[in-house]
Amino acid sequence: MKYGLSIITTIHDWLYSVMPEWLAGLVEMILIALVYLGIFSIAGLFLVLMERRVAAWFQLRIGPNRVGFQGLLQTMADALKLLSKELTGTEKADKFLYNLAPYFVIITSLMALAVIPFSAEFHAFDINIGVFFLIAVSSIGVIGILLGGWSSNNKYALIGAMRSGVQTISYELSVGLSLLTMILLTGTLQLSEIIEVQKSGWLIVQGHIPAVIAFMIFMIAGTAETNRAPFDMVEAESELGAGFHTEYSGMKFAYFFLAEFINMFIIAAIAATVFFGGWLSPFGITESIPSLGVLWFLIKTLLLVFLMMWFRWTFPRLRVDQLLTLEWKYLLPINLVNIVIMALLVWGKLIIKF
Amino acid sequence: MTNEELQRKIESWYPDPEASGLVFSEEESQFLNVSISPKDLYDLMSKLKADDDTYFDYLFCLTGVDWGEELGVVYHLESTQHRHQLVVKVSTPDREHPVLATVSSIWKTAEFHEREVFDFFGINFTDHPNMKRLFLTDEWEGYPLRKDYEDEINMILK
Amino acid sequence: METTTVKSNFKSEEYFINMGPQHPATHGVLRLVLTIDGEIIKKVDPDLGYIHRSIEKMCERDSYQQIVHLTDRMDYLSSNINNEAVCLAVENALELEVPDRVKVIRTIIGELTRISSHCLWWGVMGMDVGALTTYFYGFRDREMINDIMEETCGARLTMNYNVPGGLMFDIHPNFVPRVKKFITHFKTKIPEFDRLLTNNVIFQKRTRGVGILSKEDAISFGASGPVGRASGYSCDVRKYHPYSALDRVTFNEALQTEGDTFARYKVRIQEFWESLSIIEQLIDNIPEGEHRVATKAVIKLPKGEYFQKVETARGELGVYVISTGTKNPYRFKFRSPGFSNLSLLNHIAVGGKIGDLVATMATLDLVIPDIDR
Repeated sequence: MKYGLSIITTIHDWLYSVMPEWLAGLVEMILIALVYLGIFSIAGLFLVLMERRVAAWFQLRIGPNRVGFQGLLQTMADALKLLSKELTGTEKADKFLYNLAPYFVIITSLMALAVIPFSAEFHAFDINIGVFFLIAVSSIGVIGILLGGWSSNNKYALIGAMRSGVQTISYELSVGLSLLTMILLTGTLQLSEIIEVQKSGWLIVQGHIPAVIAFMIFMIAGTAETNRAPFDMVEAESELGAGFHTEYSGMKFAYFFLAEFINMFIIAAIAATVFFGGWLSPFGITESIPSLGVLWFLIKTLLLVFLMMWFRWTFPRLRVDQLLTLEWKYLLPINLVNIVIMALLVWGKLIIKF
Repeated sequence: MTNEELQRKIESWYPDPEASGLVFSEEESQFLNVSISPKDLYDLMSKLKADDDTYFDYLFCLTGVDWGEELGVVYHLESTQHRHQLVVKVSTPDREHPVLATVSSIWKTAEFHEREVFDFFGINFTDHPNMKRLFLTDEWEGYPLRKDYEDEINMILK
Repeated sequence: METTTVKSNFKSEEYFINMGPQHPATHGVLRLVLTIDGEIIKKVDPDLGYIHRSIEKMCERDSYQQIVHLTDRMDYLSSNINNEAVCLAVENALELEVPDRVKVIRTIIGELTRISSHCLWWGVMGMDVGALTTYFYGFRDREMINDIMEETCGARLTMNYNVPGGLMFDIHPNFVPRVKKFITHFKTKIPEFDRLLTNNVIFQKRTRGVGILSKEDAISFGASGPVGRASGYSCDVRKYHPYSALDRVTFNEALQTEGDTFARYKVRIQEFWESLSIIEQLIDNIPEGEHRVATKAVIKLPKGEYFQKVETARGELGVYVISTGTKNPYRFKFRSPGFSNLSLLNHIAVGGKIGDLVATMATLDLVIPDIDR
């Protein structure tokens, strides 16, 4: 773990001075986890609000603007409402799995959040297999959805869960392969080093045409990974009611709901990190002020989040077989060819570097 | 075809109009009305559909009527080619177990309309592919659109 | 639809699933009992009657003026046209000639109703295939019509504007300018509808070749309105049995030949233009005159049978009255377009996916109170 901000260093030193080393490490980890939980919930609530405002903007409406300044506290109030709601469930549900499912979904998105580099210092868990870890963790989430759909003992939920399984397993390939295309350029899986490489030009510029293709595939597959429209086969409210979370209510429903938004944030964050230089400023304009890195990172990520919201509020939903056709007949072959092209570019030193 | 031509054409199919209960009437209606006995209903209907001159391919209305003594069905037919219209009426005096032939094999739309008539008038259509209640629950007693139906709770009579 | 036969060694089991009575895609309390194999639909069995109010039985009790008000509650999206149908049937029976002004106003309001109904359908259609935004765009334009209606009829949904013998009251002085304003506004908005949904690749993929209805089947199932016309079956009552002022306007019947979901969609978009053109032809020359002919307080139809067809937004509405000469009808039958259109759902949805069923059902444009009369 890196500690750049002075207050963190102070806490770190103080902790190690008052208690034994093993206990200090443990307490420190718990503190970091709590910070990330805070980020998680605030980001989730803010993203929900953002989605509602963006949707309203697309739909000739105003959106929530009464609770707090410009509706900033609206989602807070909604979360409170959901917390205080009665938890209902079906009688014949498999209770253990039914209760376990939301945690699967939320814990995996929380785990993925841990490796996201918000800035050079603000990076909790910088492992050398960062990208690999992200892909691996994000595919665990589908187990939660499958569990939720299966254990609810509801046919709509089951159809939704099965669709989710099919969809996530298929699109996982494209997410992985399009990121692999970029790994060819960086030569490392560690997220901090991927950003380091981009100091001589963002990867989308370095890799030019194949990188743009990879980016487009990543955004399509990433949207599908998060089960959002136009790939929201899993929920498909006009077909399945609410899909896999039909039988969930109250906070358990909110977990699924929050996880969806965090997953969207994670996909956008990966894209921002791998394609658009993460916390690097464009043309290095604020290189002298490293603390602005978080700002640049958030701007890039939120722009990509907005792009995903744009998809959602303008496109109709695909049918389940068309979804698979798109992946297996178009995205996957394009992706494989793209990797080869990228490899040739790297081999022939045809990449653009400043 | 004009109404007279239609009448002549149908008469030519049934040399003995008495036996098949064939009665034509144009009074009190904007269409030519043909009454037919239940036993010849299916025969007449299939001829009306099959014959190139009549070619009534569009059954635009199928109405059950409680005539008091008898229960009947009124078929409104139109030809999409010739644009002539015809009304066929059939009725059965048996109020306990009224049975008529289905026309759902001739016009598919009759399948649902006959189920509606079965639901509200209790007329059973023989050879109907799916003769069960459509609107009401299976345990509903009585046939609401019959004139003698009584329901003291739900019906408000003046 | 692309069908590929895969030889399977797995044994699959069909299962039932209830779509409705509470389901977002059934737009009301329609219950479909689906037999499904995985995602593929094997059978659709509609179960009706959840909001049946037995309007036909109530009609036998009520006077003719009262019956007009009941018709609003059938197909509430084309309530004015339903009113008109009953009024026309009564007027024909009484051999009552209504003033020209009434005929023209009835036609204009009828076409406005059609546009507003199609606007709502368009929004819901988009929503059913997953494009939630269309709903608000459809409602924006529908709102303008509702405002016009509110000013003239006093109500936004169930207008009760027609009475036997004419109209309840004369049009509001603002009516003509506001309708003209709406026409210019809406002409710029239909291309927007096309940009947003019609030309979308995903939408076309979802709807082309789905739920195909052949012309023969359309006639046999008694399909009418846009559903029939999308199969190349020319069935516009306004053309074949013109009523009110429809005999003095020229318009093209919106026809498509493919018979799939996309064709049904296209027909309705085309009908926007046709309805606008009908209103344009009439709006500038609404004749002066009375808005109502006096009828007796108690209307008694002469003994006999009367049938009146009109074209509602959903298709052919038939009103069949059997009168014995008293102040109540002996039998009052509504031939509702939705009922016949629903009956063909099983025929066209089998073999498709659940998503196809939803898209198909959206283009049948079912209004459940119209089916459950």
